[in-house]
Amino acid sequence: MIEIINLCKSFDGHKVLDNLNLNINTGETTVIIGRSGCGKSVLLKHIIGILKPDSGQVLIDGKDVTKMDEKELSALRLGFGMLFQGAALFDSLNVFENVAFNLIEHTDIARVEMAKRVKECLALVGLKDIEEKKPAELSGGMKKRVGLARAICMKPQILLYDEPTTGVDPIMGDAINDLVVELHNKLKVTGIAVTHDMTSAYKIGDRMAMLYNGKIIANGTPDEIKHTKDPIVHQFITGAGKGPITEGIDFEHLIR
Amino acid sequence: MKRFLGMVGTRFMEFVSYAGGISVLMGQTLFWAPVPPLRKRQIIEQMSKIGVDSLPIASLISLFTGMVLALQSAYQMQRFSAEMYIASLVAVSMTRELGPVLTALIVAGRVGASITAELGTMKVTEQIDALETLATNPIKYLVVPRFLALMIMLPLLTVYADMIGMLGGYTVGVYKLGISHGLYMKNTWTALKYKDVFTGLIKSYFFAIIICIVACYEGMKAEGGAEGVGRATTSSVVMSFILIIAFDCFFTALFYFVAR
Repeated sequence: MIEIINLCKSFDGHKVLDNLNLNINTGETTVIIGRSGCGKSVLLKHIIGILKPDSGQVLIDGKDVTKMDEKELSALRLGFGMLFQGAALFDSLNVFENVAFNLIEHTDIARVEMAKRVKECLALVGLKDIEEKKPAELSGGMKKRVGLARAICMKPQILLYDEPTTGVDPIMGDAINDLVVELHNKLKVTGIAVTHDMTSAYKIGDRMAMLYNGKIIANGTPDEIKHTKDPIVHQFITGAGKGPITEGIDFEHLIR
Repeated sequence: MKRFLGMVGTRFMEFVSYAGGISVLMGQTLFWAPVPPLRKRQIIEQMSKIGVDSLPIASLISLFTGMVLALQSAYQMQRFSAEMYIASLVAVSMTRELGPVLTALIVAGRVGASITAELGTMKVTEQIDALETLATNPIKYLVVPRFLALMIMLPLLTVYADMIGMLGGYTVGVYKLGISHGLYMKNTWTALKYKDVFTGLIKSYFFAIIICIVACYEGMKAEGGAEGVGRATTSSVVMSFILIIAFDCFFTALFYFVAR
């Protein structure tokens, strides 16, 4: 169970997370939705301890991530896998070295075993025979899938997805959604995804939470969110140009 | 007046924050350097990039510097018929001053810029965040190998540049000014003391620290996409140049007064 309690974070005086509270159940995939730049990725980086909050707590099975030292954080992170928005593959390493990064750095298993594990992970994301390629030789969709293979290589208990479908075409986006659902079913991991792609959110989420003005303003099953009465959530999920989120913003000048 | 004081205050705070950031990175690098594993493959890779690949440009610049030094001093010394002392002048100038400083400036421009651009790109494409999520300390993984490689290669490059510079001086002295081979060599060896080479090497160790820490610091705090990486690279080279020259002045004064 992941509990986020009264989390606050500001950048240059601008409050991005404002007393945010959220509980994430073990074994479920929770999708955090919200507008671009509203702090979704910042929230994700707090959960894995890359960013330190101004105040508040992030408890993972009762242990506070914000109070952990370097050693404890390293041990915790070995149980995490994270897929970055742009995949964040290491340019200087090939696909094999990228996927096997944690195995090379943190285990002393034999090279043959490592190759077998990398092959398995790549197969899980629908790729094969690309171990020797450099990230620069891969398409956007392939990079995301290699990123996912890297994230699952250490068999993590918690998987974090930062905009899993951004930057890929709709067909590849749907393939990635299927992959996330399949991985969730096969590996039984706790998933946290942040996205503003509603198709993706409905497909992969067991629960959905909406982040707005630094707070979680709605939290429920995809069905509950779909039939929400909250005008802000309703405007966001329907993608309407007019509503409480865009009140006072004049889009007319864009078409003049 | 109020605006001026405000501007001075802001600049001062920026300076303090920069100096603090550099010091913290320096401390963390020294802390992580002896922690195993020693990444031999990465250190050797960096040594090749920093040292071996810098040999052509270091050769060219130090050869010409040695030649120019000999020619310029000949212009002055001919007045007193003291051309034979050109050998001593070239040897001492190269080892004490020009060898270490020119090599450091070459490496700061060539290698420091590339380190900042590489780390800056890694930062803006979230690769440094990815390293952290993979339970790997970015300072241990990225900064320490570059730091150790620079600490080994810059002094070696400096010794090489000293020799090439002296070869340049020798070429002009012997083939253009007509000083005999024996006399030139004798004057070079007589003038050159261990202390000269040693003080030059001490400088180059400090220059290696400056180049690495400034380049890595600028790279790791880069933000704002390609433009931010460009800005960080420029800032890294400019800051390294300033610090190299400032520390050179400091060490020269120190050696002059203390280790005469």
